[in-house]
Amino acid sequence: MSILTVKNLTKQFGGLVANSNINMEVQQGSITAVIGPNGAGKTTFFNMVTGVYQPTSGEILLNNESIVGLKPHQVTKKGIARTFQNIRLFGAITVLENVMVGMHNHLQGGLFSTILNLPRVKKEEKEARREAYRLLEYVGLESFFNEEARNLPYGAQRKLEIARALATKPKVLLLDEPAAGMNPKETNELTKLIYNMREELDLTIILIEHDMKLVMEISEHIVVLDHGEKIAEGTPDEIRNNEKVIEAYLGKGAAATAS
Amino acid sequence: MDVKNLLSTIQANKRLQAIIVGLYIVVTFASLYLAQKSVIAFLLLLASLLLLYFTSFSNRVKWLVGGLVLVVLLPLAASQGEAYQSYMEVATLVGIYIAMALGLNIVVGLAGLLDLGFVAFFALGSYTYGIFATSQANNFMPFGHYPLSGESFWVFIFIGCLVAALFGVLLGIPVLRVKGDYLAIVTLGFGEIIRIIFNNLDKPVNITNGAMGLASVKPPELFGIQFMYPSQFYYIVLIILIAVIFAVRRLEYSKIGRAWKAVRENEIAAQAMGIHLVRTKLMAFAVGASFSGMMGVVFAAKQTFVDPTSFTLVESITILVMVILGGMGSVPGVILGAAIVTILNLQVLTELTNWLNQLSLSGVIHVPDALSPAKMQRFIFGIILILFALYRPQGLLPAKNPVFDEKDLKDTDSNHPMNTGVHKGGTQHVHLDS
Ligand SMILES: Nc1ncnc2c1ncn2[C@@H]1O[C@H](COP(=O)(O)OP(=O)(O)O)[C@@H](O)[C@H]1O
Ligand SMILES: [Mg+2]
Repeated sequence: MSILTVKNLTKQFGGLVANSNINMEVQQGSITAVIGPNGAGKTTFFNMVTGVYQPTSGEILLNNESIVGLKPHQVTKKGIARTFQNIRLFGAITVLENVMVGMHNHLQGGLFSTILNLPRVKKEEKEARREAYRLLEYVGLESFFNEEARNLPYGAQRKLEIARALATKPKVLLLDEPAAGMNPKETNELTKLIYNMREELDLTIILIEHDMKLVMEISEHIVVLDHGEKIAEGTPDEIRNNEKVIEAYLGKGAAATAS
Repeated sequence: MDVKNLLSTIQANKRLQAIIVGLYIVVTFASLYLAQKSVIAFLLLLASLLLLYFTSFSNRVKWLVGGLVLVVLLPLAASQGEAYQSYMEVATLVGIYIAMALGLNIVVGLAGLLDLGFVAFFALGSYTYGIFATSQANNFMPFGHYPLSGESFWVFIFIGCLVAALFGVLLGIPVLRVKGDYLAIVTLGFGEIIRIIFNNLDKPVNITNGAMGLASVKPPELFGIQFMYPSQFYYIVLIILIAVIFAVRRLEYSKIGRAWKAVRENEIAAQAMGIHLVRTKLMAFAVGASFSGMMGVVFAAKQTFVDPTSFTLVESITILVMVILGGMGSVPGVILGAAIVTILNLQVLTELTNWLNQLSLSGVIHVPDALSPAKMQRFIFGIILILFALYRPQGLLPAKNPVFDEKDLKDTDSNHPMNTGVHKGGTQHVHLDS
């Protein structure tokens, strides 16, 4: 079953066509990769799905319901969460609080109940703290819980973005270059984490990534963008051997090493 | 090295702390009690609160001792001489400014929205009470007799709170379309517009009495007692202030406070976490403004006179300075910043001027009138600010993040509504054959 359907999606920035007539179906529970050279329009695609950019034209359906025109926070409420290519943590607050911010819409505390410190608010906050801690354990960051987020090492920051996104309880998780800047060991752990999240958390994952080993290892479906256009899609094997993709992105050598 | 040792010994020993704080309070209390004219004794007694803040007692103990100092000791020690009312006047104004600075701290410190027109909300509160607690309202209200009785004051504290909050939202709606520097300029404009409106709203219908201001505002009344003296207003301010401090403390580390900080840190990420940007910012404006509105009502009643000159841009900037000096986003810092700035303005610089005047009268030194500290206030202020910007950019008491207790975070029961489905050790299953 397709959970996310994109029809003729186009985004223009003035004269620049960043996404041109993209069509795509993402199967529920799948891991789908979006690959392509820098400037191909991958992040722009994510930004349209999450409501950061309004499409110039085209349709985005989540479970057959249009989400075009929704504000980013409304898209999050519908069940789409994301991480950012250029890390966007809440640097000056703690790691645990970063995750708790992700729970925003699942907490009921209002202005007056908070000021009066009602028992239900206290209880809810306590549960939120614990759940946030569990999420940190899940991604392997529990030892950092009291640190300011900006003091984390780079790889840990990327993982924190994932934990924070998970806290919104998404159905679909978009990861924008999650392995960028990670060393091979970290990338390996991340690969397992992504795979396990899908298995254990009932998630559909779409990821943008340049690390072809990671992409080929865990994705069932790959979409290739170049100059804003979808030039190919298919299974890892199909993409590896696709002439157009090799020419535009993978290069002759990469096709061999990424197997 | 020795000083360090001493400090760490004190830090480790609660009984020693209790003795030091107790002794300090007793000594400063006695000095003020006996030496009524000593401003220094008054300030030192106030400073016992700062000392208390640095001890390692539980919050409850700190609140109790602090309450004892503020409710009983300070007024009692000050009440023995002629300077009583002037001490209480200073303490009352300090309280008013602290509440305002805490309000602005929500907007600037927590939500990261630079507001240069914050005094407008104070003005709104003042005029709300001023208009209805003088005969002024007769000019335009079709029903009712004005001034309202002094008993209405207590209701007006809430009305002032609501009016300011409402205007906070009204201001926010157009203003939040702009960001950063532009936001500062627009709020600055708003502050000036409110003041100018109050200055000119004496025609066609005389609502505010223009530049003449509103005179003989009714004093508050409770069970037949009229509140006329600073020593009485002191307690009104103290009660409101304590409520304000509780409110900001609770908001700061709540879902709402986290949303404010998230918006400050990164708007796009905050939205991606499901935070409604506009609503969150408007709430910051409204809550911040409401504190000022309440204190505006008290201010009008205390001064018994309201006119537009109390609400200039300089006031807005002074409140901002309190926040920056104390530490943006830090509640204890902002309290300290507001206290220092207010006391510096009201007491220290004027005392210094008096002292210098005496010296020059007795011929010891000669200070030209133009260089008297009271006249150089802004200048001295500026120097202090520059020094702080250079040596203490985070403020006097920088903002602190909550420190969570790991024991409190680990639980065995994973079946509750917040559950995102993760469980410890989940990632240890390896599904990959790589
Ligand atoms: N907000 C924007 N305004 C103008 N041009 C943009 C904007 N965002 C992206 N672009 C342009 O769109 C193209 C695609 O960018 P992007 O989606 O970030 O590529 P990718 O993520 O595939 O590297 C680039 O040429 C980029 O400069
Ligand atoms: Mg990109």
